[in-house]
Amino acid sequence: MRKIFVREEWCLGCHLCEYHCANANLGNGDMAKALKGRRINPRITVEDDGRICFAVSCRHCTEPDCKKSCISGAISVVDGVVQVDQDKCVGCYTCILACPYGTIQPNAEGHVVQKCELCLQNGCEPACVSHCPNRAIIYEQEGVSA
Amino acid sequence: MELYVHPEFEIVRNEKKCIACRVCERQCANCAHGYDADSGSMEGYDEKCVNCHRCVTLCPTKALKIVQTAHTFRPNANWSNNTIRELYLQANTGGVLLSSMGNPRPLPNYFDRILLNASQVTNPPIDPLREPMETRTYLGKKSIPLQRGAAGKLIENLTPQIALTMPLMFSAMSYGSISYNAHASLARAATELGICYNTGEGGLHRAFYRYGSNTIVQVASGRFGIHTDYLMAGAAVEIKMGQGAKPGIGGHLPGKKNVGEVARTRMTPDGSDAISPAPHHDIYSIEDLRQLVYSLKETAGNSKPIIVKIAAVHNVAAIASGVARSGADIIAIDGFRGGTGAAPTRIRDHVGIPIELALASVDTRLREEGIRDDISLVVGGSIRSAADWIKAIALGADACYIATGALLALGCHLCRSCHIGLCNWGIATQRADLVKRLNPEIGAERLVNLVKAWQHELKEVMGGMGINSVEALRGNRLMLRGVGMTQEELRVLGIEHAGS
Amino acid sequence: MKHVIIGNSTAAVGCVEGIRRVNRTDDIVLIADESHHTYARPLISYLLAGKTDKERMKYRKDDFYEVNGVTSLLGKTAVSIDPAKNTVTLDSGEAVGYDNLLVATGASPVFFPAEGLAQVKPAHTFTTLDDADALLKCVRESTRVLIVGAGLIGLKCAEGLRARTTHVAVVDLAPIVLSSMLKPAPAEIMQAHLEQNGVELHLGTSVKAFRPDEARHGAYFAELQNGESLGFDVLVYAAGVRANIQLVKDAGGACGRGITVDAFGQTSLPQVYAAGDCTESTDVCTGQRKVMALLPNAYMQGEAAGMHMAAAGAPLPCQPLGLIPENAIGFFGKHILSAGVYFEDGADGIYEDFDGGSYRCFYYDKTAQRLRGYILMDCPQRAGIYTALIRNGTQLPEEQFLQLRREPGLIAFPSQARIDILRKKEVAQ
Repeated sequence: MRKIFVREEWCLGCHLCEYHCANANLGNGDMAKALKGRRINPRITVEDDGRICFAVSCRHCTEPDCKKSCISGAISVVDGVVQVDQDKCVGCYTCILACPYGTIQPNAEGHVVQKCELCLQNGCEPACVSHCPNRAIIYEQEGVSA
Repeated sequence: MELYVHPEFEIVRNEKKCIACRVCERQCANCAHGYDADSGSMEGYDEKCVNCHRCVTLCPTKALKIVQTAHTFRPNANWSNNTIRELYLQANTGGVLLSSMGNPRPLPNYFDRILLNASQVTNPPIDPLREPMETRTYLGKKSIPLQRGAAGKLIENLTPQIALTMPLMFSAMSYGSISYNAHASLARAATELGICYNTGEGGLHRAFYRYGSNTIVQVASGRFGIHTDYLMAGAAVEIKMGQGAKPGIGGHLPGKKNVGEVARTRMTPDGSDAISPAPHHDIYSIEDLRQLVYSLKETAGNSKPIIVKIAAVHNVAAIASGVARSGADIIAIDGFRGGTGAAPTRIRDHVGIPIELALASVDTRLREEGIRDDISLVVGGSIRSAADWIKAIALGADACYIATGALLALGCHLCRSCHIGLCNWGIATQRADLVKRLNPEIGAERLVNLVKAWQHELKEVMGGMGINSVEALRGNRLMLRGVGMTQEELRVLGIEHAGS
Repeated sequence: MKHVIIGNSTAAVGCVEGIRRVNRTDDIVLIADESHHTYARPLISYLLAGKTDKERMKYRKDDFYEVNGVTSLLGKTAVSIDPAKNTVTLDSGEAVGYDNLLVATGASPVFFPAEGLAQVKPAHTFTTLDDADALLKCVRESTRVLIVGAGLIGLKCAEGLRARTTHVAVVDLAPIVLSSMLKPAPAEIMQAHLEQNGVELHLGTSVKAFRPDEARHGAYFAELQNGESLGFDVLVYAAGVRANIQLVKDAGGACGRGITVDAFGQTSLPQVYAAGDCTESTDVCTGQRKVMALLPNAYMQGEAAGMHMAAAGAPLPCQPLGLIPENAIGFFGKHILSAGVYFEDGADGIYEDFDGGSYRCFYYDKTAQRLRGYILMDCPQRAGIYTALIRNGTQLPEEQFLQLRREPGLIAFPSQARIDILRKKEVAQ
């Protein structure tokens, strides 16, 4: 399967991935309309200390700690993609406690959690990948020589 | 303080579209954008803007545009806004004005006044998608007589040549004037395309030796980064006598840019100013040049063709004739519109002549003297499109050099601020966080796209002319006609006026 | 090979999935006294609050047993294990033979004796779906509920019931809420929050006696040690749970406060494993043996045991378990996340921060250069980064810890560690 990989040496720290992620998960409409005056709550996080910067989103682990920890059985792995059933999720945050990479976050209202699901639910290529201006975020087959 | 100097550009932000994502702020190395936490909105600082379009390009909601200021002096055809502005700047600083990239002045462009021919009825056009179209080019001395051995087999007596898949190369830009990633992009693209790029006078970084067969290594007046391995590494050695953007003067890489790998590659002390003198201190005649040509040939085991690069100046034809007799295999001529990472404005804008005229007069002169086949002719200095390229070849060039066009493909937006060293596109800078903005994977891909597109266009035009090999286009001035030119201009170019 | 599992909750499901990761064909028999399809036990409080329903509470899909080839014997209680004969005897008298057995019997609520308790009918507990159902049936808008115990179960129950009734009172002997996990200062923040949300707290006292309210049928009074008297209609006992160790203990297996297991869930009895709330295992961050009755641990223990059972002595495709206490709990939108140990009395290296309603506390062991534990209130973001450092016992120089304490992020990790996480592993060809 294809996964998202991040190449720190090409990350500009521009944070565009975060905005495009937020927009894609709000329905992929006009970004200005969707995000104007709004605090975004993206599923990808850019870490930046002025020296190093890179983006982090779900690694789609083959043995996800989040899935094992989920108290409601809301997290499953479907064709290699770690997904949250927001209908089953009760927002207990145990997955946030468990994810070693910090890639699950409460949704905007805090009632359930959200995470990167590779934009499968948005009907597009991962928005962070397609809008990264420097190919720091790539969507490729796992474990194949580049 | 920049007394009397008003910002040239204004940052226009569509507040309806701006989502205050701060991408513009993060991306502007000139700090032309800021965020006001109290109002939660963005601010623009016009005086810092160089109009490089980095913010405009990356703005996710397309909320930005940069416009030329409408603020003006009382209209005056003699004292233009720019003339007054430059005067104020000099009165402020007492310094020589510095500029980058090519001459922006509205001087005549002869390529734009030359039109190309196409076949009709007789000698019908050729469809390049159906029939082979040869663009392969060899640069070097061609005047060696054919000789056969005892069994009638051809004796391989050809002197070293540069083999190119098409008559195009990336011209000299040093590592130092441009970034490591810009160099990596050029090197990878040249290799993939089967053409050459040029180190400029910055030496060759160790990591790029593997692209050697597609590299032209340069020897210039500062002799930076030159050693035997370097001379052996490339496909050819270029002696730089002059540059179109700044004929008659040398170069200066400030110490703050000449650091780390850049300084190491140049073999200069870290942090020292890298100054290339105006002349080569050992060259005061064609005979002196010949000595350098041969010492380089011998050092390289007579395996590398030698290019001598000169700027297009008034006596270019006579100079080229001398160069052809110096033992050089290739002469490169750089026109007055050629780019630079930094040059005194007055020199960039007022010294030298257009490449079209220089090329035509050199080709004519060498033909007249019967030495045209002794040397290949490469021209550069603002070859902007396949049309310019094709016209240059028909005027007599064996190949063209492009650099500004290549930089545009890498993201350059011609803000002409290279000399500041804060290139937001990661090209003309050594600041690590800016350099990383140019991913050579993308850079090389875009360069390959550009050159392949031009090659397609070359083939289309050749096909239209009924020509199936670039050899038959070369110096074929019958394929050119001038429009709106004087008799003298037509005479120098060696072409007829349209309609005649 | 035949694997028998006693239990039908997290550890049992983990075990089934663990077995199936290794082997698709072995027989699996699952015995449970509850007759429900496997459900998410901690969700019973959300059921009370109306935030979920029985359908969505299913821990695994309806076809879970079928897809995994599990013979489920639901509504049957295992009464004894014969480790000599490798059999489990059910309440029906039937004996079920096994090659491997997993005991995942969980824990049961305990009652502390109080005068008059026997008269309160019924005295509810709150650990099962049936418990929640019973409360749903008897709690109306005006019902006065008294909960004994201000621990995790008691307060989750209080939160759930507040959605049904305006009268919820909680009594606990400890002077603060959540005394097993919070220090007084953060507990005060939580207490204020609970009270704001309409939970009446009576702390530092206990019920001396229960007596019926003569004036109202079905109503009672609880006389507290502090002299107060609380009227209530429904009583919930949430004063703690005790691991269900009896089956293993009777069969001669080693037990402490829970069934003693090793890092693969193996008990002292041959071919008998145990997992989940009924077990006592090693907390890898302190080396102490303890009952870590927390859901993630139950799953991981069950899964590891399952894989071990199915591997039948072959090399295991998994590392020994590194269990630590880890818990995420929230009341009325205020979340507490914790892992490891974070309040060692008198220990050097405790870092506490208060910021508005949020609270953070870390225990960094300077000598060993390791993060030992943390607790975060109202700032859950990326907490798992800390959890992993504790679980893996990652060596963490102080500077790096201080950076992480400011903000959790992979940026504090060495470059190679980040590359391992973020980069594609390129396979040499």
